[in-house]
Amino acid sequence: MFTCDQPSDATRPQLPGPGPPARVTMAAAAAAVSCRPLTMSRKRLQQLVDTLGHSTKHFNKSEVECLIKLFDKLVAESSSRFAAAGFDRNMFRDILHTAFGLTDEMIMDRVFRTFDRDNNSCISVTEWVEGLSVFLRGTLEEKIKYCFEVYDLNGDGYISREEMFQMLKNCLLKQPSEEDPDEGIKDLVDIAMKKMDYDRDGKLSFKDFEKAVRDENLLLEAFGPCLPDIKRRMAFEQKTFRESS
Amino acid sequence: MGAALARAAQWTAAGSGTGTLEITPLNKSLLNQITKFVEDFSARHPLEAAFVFKEPLEWKTQLDCSAFGNGYEITEATVQSEAKAKDGQSLLLLTKSTLRVRSFDQLSCVLQIAMEKKLKEVQSCLEANRDPIVQILGREYGTVEGEDRSLLHLLEKVKKGGDPETEVKMKILLLLHQLDLQLLNSSLKQISQGVRLNPAAVSNEVNLLKDFSGEGEDTVLESLEYTSDYVFSNGCRAPPWRQVHGEICYLVINPHDTDPLCITCSTAGVFLNGGQIDSKELIDYERKSDVYKDIVTFLRERSPKFVENMAKQVCAVLSYLFKMCLFMLVYSCLKWVMLFFISSKTSARLDDVSESSSETEEDEEQPVRHHEGGTDLPSEYWGIQKLAKYLKGGNPTATVIALCSMKDFNLAQETCQMAIRDIGCLEVLINLLDTEEIKCQIGSLKILKEISQNTLIRHTIADLGGLEIMVEILDSPDRELKCLAAETIANVARFKRAQKTVRQHGGIKRLVGLLDCDAVGSTSLTPYQAKDSEMARCGALALWSCSKTTKNKAAIHKAGGIPLLARWLKCSHANILTPVVGTLQECASMPSYRLAIKTEGMIEYLVKNLSSEHVELQMHCASAIFKCAEDKETRDLVRQHGGLQPLSVLLANSENKQLLAAVTGAIWKCAISEENVAKFREYKVIETLVGLLTDQPEEVLVNIVGALGECCQETVNRSTIRRCEGIPRLVKLLTGTNQALLVNVAKTLGACATEPGSMIIIDHLDGVRLLWSLLKNPNPDIQASAAWAICPCIDNAKDAGEMVRSLVGGLELVVNLLKSKNKEVLASVCGAITNIAKDEENLAVLTDHGVVPLLSKLANTNNDKLRCHLAEAISNCCMWGRNRAAFGESNAVAPLVRYLRSNDPSVHRATAQALYQLSEDPNNCITMHENGVVKLLLPMIGSADETLQEAAAGCIANIRRLALATEKAMYG
Repeated sequence: MFTCDQPSDATRPQLPGPGPPARVTMAAAAAAVSCRPLTMSRKRLQQLVDTLGHSTKHFNKSEVECLIKLFDKLVAESSSRFAAAGFDRNMFRDILHTAFGLTDEMIMDRVFRTFDRDNNSCISVTEWVEGLSVFLRGTLEEKIKYCFEVYDLNGDGYISREEMFQMLKNCLLKQPSEEDPDEGIKDLVDIAMKKMDYDRDGKLSFKDFEKAVRDENLLLEAFGPCLPDIKRRMAFEQKTFRESS
Repeated sequence: MGAALARAAQWTAAGSGTGTLEITPLNKSLLNQITKFVEDFSARHPLEAAFVFKEPLEWKTQLDCSAFGNGYEITEATVQSEAKAKDGQSLLLLTKSTLRVRSFDQLSCVLQIAMEKKLKEVQSCLEANRDPIVQILGREYGTVEGEDRSLLHLLEKVKKGGDPETEVKMKILLLLHQLDLQLLNSSLKQISQGVRLNPAAVSNEVNLLKDFSGEGEDTVLESLEYTSDYVFSNGCRAPPWRQVHGEICYLVINPHDTDPLCITCSTAGVFLNGGQIDSKELIDYERKSDVYKDIVTFLRERSPKFVENMAKQVCAVLSYLFKMCLFMLVYSCLKWVMLFFISSKTSARLDDVSESSSETEEDEEQPVRHHEGGTDLPSEYWGIQKLAKYLKGGNPTATVIALCSMKDFNLAQETCQMAIRDIGCLEVLINLLDTEEIKCQIGSLKILKEISQNTLIRHTIADLGGLEIMVEILDSPDRELKCLAAETIANVARFKRAQKTVRQHGGIKRLVGLLDCDAVGSTSLTPYQAKDSEMARCGALALWSCSKTTKNKAAIHKAGGIPLLARWLKCSHANILTPVVGTLQECASMPSYRLAIKTEGMIEYLVKNLSSEHVELQMHCASAIFKCAEDKETRDLVRQHGGLQPLSVLLANSENKQLLAAVTGAIWKCAISEENVAKFREYKVIETLVGLLTDQPEEVLVNIVGALGECCQETVNRSTIRRCEGIPRLVKLLTGTNQALLVNVAKTLGACATEPGSMIIIDHLDGVRLLWSLLKNPNPDIQASAAWAICPCIDNAKDAGEMVRSLVGGLELVVNLLKSKNKEVLASVCGAITNIAKDEENLAVLTDHGVVPLLSKLANTNNDKLRCHLAEAISNCCMWGRNRAAFGESNAVAPLVRYLRSNDPSVHRATAQALYQLSEDPNNCITMHENGVVKLLLPMIGSADETLQEAAAGCIANIRRLALATEKAMYG
């Protein structure tokens, strides 16, 4: 259903961890942005749009501009505490919650980490635009990669039984008759493991996850919602791209 | 005999006195047996036959004095037998119509005399003597309701004294008893065919209840016992004379909270009887309560404690099941639960069937559950039940995992489908559709789509309101979701009620909407377009399912579906084309669609896809052409787009009968145009069709013969059929029963018969006789086509007159068909009469059968076809005796004159000829003249048609001659 016709996929990075091309663009953008004043000059904005317009494949230039403006607006609103050029964890969680309807604390945390490529606990404008590119319009391939990163809580390249348990533990409405409430969760983990662990090594590798999702797209967000649903996404895009253009 | 008569025989008037026996199969068989018994009695038991009845059996007979012969004294209205009793009275006495008989000897004599009326005699005898034993042996031997002491009575007498008469009495009584039992037995057999509850069902229920009865607070009953331990070979415990009433057994039930209940289980149901009387042997059989359908239902009404404990038992059993998980218990308990499930469901289904039986739609599918033997649960039950827990009690994430996992079961397998339904998952799946969670909706639909292949599941989904929700989902922004919903609708909407639901909730409009996208026509699709065409495919599939009802077809039209279907028809993907063409051919039964198919240029693409490599698609295309080609322009379009050649090529696929039926149908309808027939001849279709005439299903044969009938309008093709030895095959088909086939065969043979060469073969195979016998068929279409076929047969047969005469009753049959109401039958029969009347002898027979008044009666008609053939028939029938005058007397002349005002030249010709013949009679001339015939005929003398010219002139000449003769007589 989804096919990827982008040539840049040939250089898909190995996982885990971000690949070299991303690093390059990110570094360049970070360099461009690092000493950015709160209000950007026209010229710098244009420059930034150009750079990002090249590096992100799912947005056109005007859309990139809209996203940068939104970023600035949001940062400005909360700039009282941080003069830093980006969102901190709490701000980002607020945005994920209000704009995209995500609710799970732990998952939102992981989404922040996935956006925050350089691990500086602050999401820069580049990270914002590039993250949203996958978040809103990513191909299936990109989304599989993104979701796996989110679910791999400790970043070791595998989703383990324990990680699954962590993510699924609030899944069941507690039934009073159940003697051990964890029993149900463990069973659910078993079911998921049986379904997705193709090589039967007791943990999900990226390969396992990818195969399972390609088999059944519904498993993309198997361990909790980490992408916006279609209505939120359409609402966000409409609001951001229409209003400001 | 007493018991059987009193209980089994069906009397019209209830109560005593003289009722009459109803004429029912049961009574008839009883009468037959009694008659046989009496007839054989004197031969088998001569001693007993001589025994003189205590009182005579007396009844009104239909026998006449004259019927009695030797051994009887006959004086005027009385007959006495020569044989007398000891007291000097005759053993048989007939005065007026009252017959008194006093011995079995005489009884059997009467029956012999009565011959074929003997049943009637026995019946009136029995009607007059409700308990014949009283008359025969005396009052004390009468059949007393309830108990029969007569035997004991007699036995005592025999013991006491050696009176020889008592011994004879004893024997007779025994013989009658034997007969009685025999009658009861045979009526039992008859009655038991109408059983509702049966012994096996009752015994199952009793055993089940016994398992849950006993001492203690928690059992459903204290005890439950049969009144009798003896079981008859048919499984009943009731004595035979009660079995006649349909009773199976009697039970004494001790509930916790009421007095003991004594109940009767009968085929009609369960009810309270009068209880046991004194000793335990006797039961008051009287019904004391309403009738319930089974014991459980009865007890629910009677004992609140039973209801309560029943529920407790189920609960206890269930909780036990989950807590202890003792395997054995699980099994027995689940059996119990399942039994409940199944019994409640079967009864519900019975209601369902009876409700829908008013709809006599033939394609209405009925859910059938193939119940596998045994109640062991397959392992899938447990697996699915485990997942069901997460569907019911999990958040969307858990639900999606469970749904994906459930998809891994083999959902095409019936056990899994039933497991999902029985565990109650179906409700959950449908509830999931009603949420905002797209992922859950998708997952649920993916499962529903698979399991809705099962009829039973389809009905349940519809019952649970699933269709309404799926129709709403069609508005969702998510394309995948829309596709799945449409596909599931396609599966579910296979029956009328579901199709109606889809329409009523606006589903048709939304489904048509799915077809409305712009990926049409392009061969290489972008991913986006691929999704569009997937959506169109699913939409078309659902429309195809829904297009089975007329209202839905109209709704698709109204929603603008036709241009969209036409647009998709141009694409090249078989998986979309198949449902699109399937929908089109389904809808082509409506004239508006046929018009659209013609005008929107769809014929071209239908023809193109006849050469597709997908057999199903080919079939639907052929079938669409079949339905549309009634229209001349459409037939021409098929030819212009080169459709005739692929059709003839497809004839080679004679293995696939559905395809063959569609293709031959298309060929049939296309062959209505001459140009097409020429093409078909080029492709050697006629030879192939004749070759296919053997061993085909009837629907194929109808089309093949229809096609041959159209081709036969040309001489060349007629000889082709003869050459390929098609005639014997066609004649053989005349013996079939399929109405449409008979119409076509008669038509084709009629066309063939115009060739003398073929006619010889038909005559040789006795084909005319077979055609003639079709005239007896009640279907007017068959009558008409047979009569039309007979015309050329008579025309071309050698010695036709003799042939027609050889058919016994054939002419009478033809004349009687003139009483038909159907115009086509009348015209065809007139045609046949025209030909038959050419033979003078046959005309004489026709006249004897009253052909003249019948033809005259038809004269007042406005139908030109009938007028033409009627006039011809009249003109040919004039040739015998005083038929001319007879036509005049029966007022046929004046209406005929009016025919000349018609616009049809063939009517003019036939009428002029008839008038010319009739004008040979002077009275007819006067009538014609009075009706202004001269003015009408004069211009026809100038006609270019010589026959008309001559007939008109001849008629006027006759009138003129009469006028001259009159003048001469008056003034000369």
